[in-house]
Amino acid sequence: MANLVEVRDLKVEAKTDTGRTVEIIRGVSFDIADGEIVALIGESGSGKTTIALTLMGHTRPGCKIVDGSVRLGANDMAATSRKGLAKLRGTEVAYVPQSAAAAFNPAQRIMDQVIEVVRIHGLMSDEVAKERAIELFRALALPNADTIGDRYPHQVSGGQLQRLSAAMALIGNPRLVIFDEPTTALDVTTQIEVLRAFKSVMKAGNLAGVYVSHDLAVVAQIADRIVVLKGGEVQEIGTAEQILTAPQHPYTQELLAAFKPRIHASAEETGSKFQKPLLEAKGIVAGYGPIQPNGMPLALALKSVDISLEEGRNLGIIGESGCGKSTLARVIAGILPPVSGHIIFDGKELAADARQRRREELRKLQIVFQFADTALNPSKAVGDILERPLAFYHDMDRAARQARVDQLLDMVRLPRTLKFRRPAELSGGQKQRVNLARALAADPKIILCDEITSALDTVVAAAIIDLLKELQRELKLSYIFISHDLSVVQAICDEIAVMYAGEKVEQMPPSAVGNANAHPYSKLLFSSVPKLDTGWLDGLERDPELVRAFAQR
Amino acid sequence: MAGFALSPRKLGYRFNAVGIAALTVILFWAAIAIFAPLLIPYPVGDIVDFDYFGPMSQKFVMGTDYLGRDIFSRILMGARYTVGISLASVTIACVSGVTLGMCAAVTGGWFDTCLSRFLDALISIPSKLFGLVIVAAMGPSIPVLIITMAIIYTPGSYRFARSLAVNINTMDFVTVARARGEGVFYIIRSEILPNILGPVLADFGLRFVFIVLLLSGLSFLGLGVQPPNADWGALVRENIGGLSYGAPAVMFPSIAIATLTISVNMLIDNLPQKIRDRSA
Repeated sequence: MANLVEVRDLKVEAKTDTGRTVEIIRGVSFDIADGEIVALIGESGSGKTTIALTLMGHTRPGCKIVDGSVRLGANDMAATSRKGLAKLRGTEVAYVPQSAAAAFNPAQRIMDQVIEVVRIHGLMSDEVAKERAIELFRALALPNADTIGDRYPHQVSGGQLQRLSAAMALIGNPRLVIFDEPTTALDVTTQIEVLRAFKSVMKAGNLAGVYVSHDLAVVAQIADRIVVLKGGEVQEIGTAEQILTAPQHPYTQELLAAFKPRIHASAEETGSKFQKPLLEAKGIVAGYGPIQPNGMPLALALKSVDISLEEGRNLGIIGESGCGKSTLARVIAGILPPVSGHIIFDGKELAADARQRRREELRKLQIVFQFADTALNPSKAVGDILERPLAFYHDMDRAARQARVDQLLDMVRLPRTLKFRRPAELSGGQKQRVNLARALAADPKIILCDEITSALDTVVAAAIIDLLKELQRELKLSYIFISHDLSVVQAICDEIAVMYAGEKVEQMPPSAVGNANAHPYSKLLFSSVPKLDTGWLDGLERDPELVRAFAQR
Repeated sequence: MAGFALSPRKLGYRFNAVGIAALTVILFWAAIAIFAPLLIPYPVGDIVDFDYFGPMSQKFVMGTDYLGRDIFSRILMGARYTVGISLASVTIACVSGVTLGMCAAVTGGWFDTCLSRFLDALISIPSKLFGLVIVAAMGPSIPVLIITMAIIYTPGSYRFARSLAVNINTMDFVTVARARGEGVFYIIRSEILPNILGPVLADFGLRFVFIVLLLSGLSFLGLGVQPPNADWGALVRENIGGLSYGAPAVMFPSIAIATLTISVNMLIDNLPQKIRDRSA
């Protein structure tokens, strides 16, 4: 009985909508010792969350544990009755969900929700529980620990809410805490605070934990051991150090390779220096909501931003959520007319609103969105989706369109038979390729890429980036690449613009990232990106002044 | 109804048994409506029996009504009014309501506001009273009835379609179409309509039933189909006195209404998957 958790030959089956049963977890076994944090890592669909949930004896609707055992302490969670599980959850095992915002009830004060576990199990009186909660708030480095519990969930930030949900999990003194991608939705500067807080409480209480994530760099900071999963099977189990430095399994090696930052080398650095810019945006001011008496919209998203892009080059725009990077893309595409400012394309000024732009101008400037599934009409076949821009911009007849659709599918490396399918029948990466093909159908000069790899797995995203580079070589495209992920931007862009709170703070080539004389915010942002190094978080020192000034905790 | 959205490339439309049964009943009533004058054994207005509320017999297949007229003939002729008027007005109401609703959702701004407030004002007028006033003023004729009921049911259909279209309108693929420079009509036809078709068709079926009921209500007030003709609703109303005698004169028109309205809803619920939910 050395280990706290022993999972043996676990098998989980799921019933699909068509009534077919598929085995989604195929004989997984691993152990967790007392006080050890084990990370489950893998791409979407690898079964990492499903396994984590079985540790609470829970499966998602339609799923069923069919074989194997999940022993936690003295109990087999797979064989315990619902009533028995209800007793164990919250006191033996606790769960920290991915989206804390969705996990809190917006109508109740935070304190009442945090100590609810204690009330349900009758562990201690409310007064004691509240004191214990405040202790936990302190341990999790939450500001105003004494009073933060009196607020409502919408009155604290995302990073704080995530730490509060950890407090909710910890208050029942569980022996095992399950973290389900708790920092995935957070900005990098916030992520650090949250990771640090988690790590210190777990170490202080000598708690065992399961950390589910797709991000190796994050996992490297917090986990003692890593379990690499793919398709419901364990690929490799090892200490964090070993997985990162000496991966044995080819899949782990592939995963690591996709993580390695590859800095894009600009092709002809000198020749293009004095070229006339292809696209220029000058003094863009834009926002949302009704116009106020001072002539500005209620919520100002961009406060005078200038960017310029030369032909055949790529501009990366990086910043955290709410910095206005997507708004800038919408302004350039004419979806959101700016309050003031000019967009000059190929020497001519573009109308603010897409409806007033000429068709030829619209054709040369295409936009690709982050969420591939909502960007494709679910009721149309892929072929029809790709044919529309051909008919709209190029007036092609039916036969020419079909020939061109085949070409486009070849260009984005998709099989031609895919054109008869509907978007729901494609994988995330395939959908994003179709999205890209639709933009290419217009024969554009510039493609605005709004976080196009953010919703994809690392390996898939790396493939998309390679595709973009290849298309650029063949078609002389220019990209404006918007992302919150530094490594993605570094991999493809010639210039990187850093945005903060609606302003462009700095523009630099990717090789200059990490320079000492950079703008303080850029320094903070770049230093906050987790590295594939187990000691990185502990060794990281950040200027508290800087953090207070810029990080939206 | 089954005619649209059929793409010639793929003919994989599969009906299930319930859908086919429902379609058969509807086609049956449609055929009756068309060929009724050839089928009726007695003229609808003639008093052919000395007894009132007569039982079913060899001579009068469904008995006789409160004046001794042949119910079988009256039902056959009534099919023309019920099926024809209701289908015509529900089609006008849904087509105009759904089109306006999608336009309002896509266009937004003052167009949306003005149209929505105007149609809200129409909803606030009680439907029977509104029908009463218009029919009384214009005189009861079939075109007036059709238009009146279409006007009464358009705002509801508009509201329904608009609320669905507003959700679709925020999706990225609509934004992409806008950024491409597409016009309003392309957006509503190709991007929005296919994604709201299922609920809109269900609404069509419900609205059809409401119109059948409103039509019979107006007939009862003497403003619907004029005597000696009668739609099915009116047949039920005028023979309601026979209910306590168990007269077939009141049963059969009720059965006719039930079969038609239930079939319409069954058909819509069992339309081929490809029409109902094109995303699947």
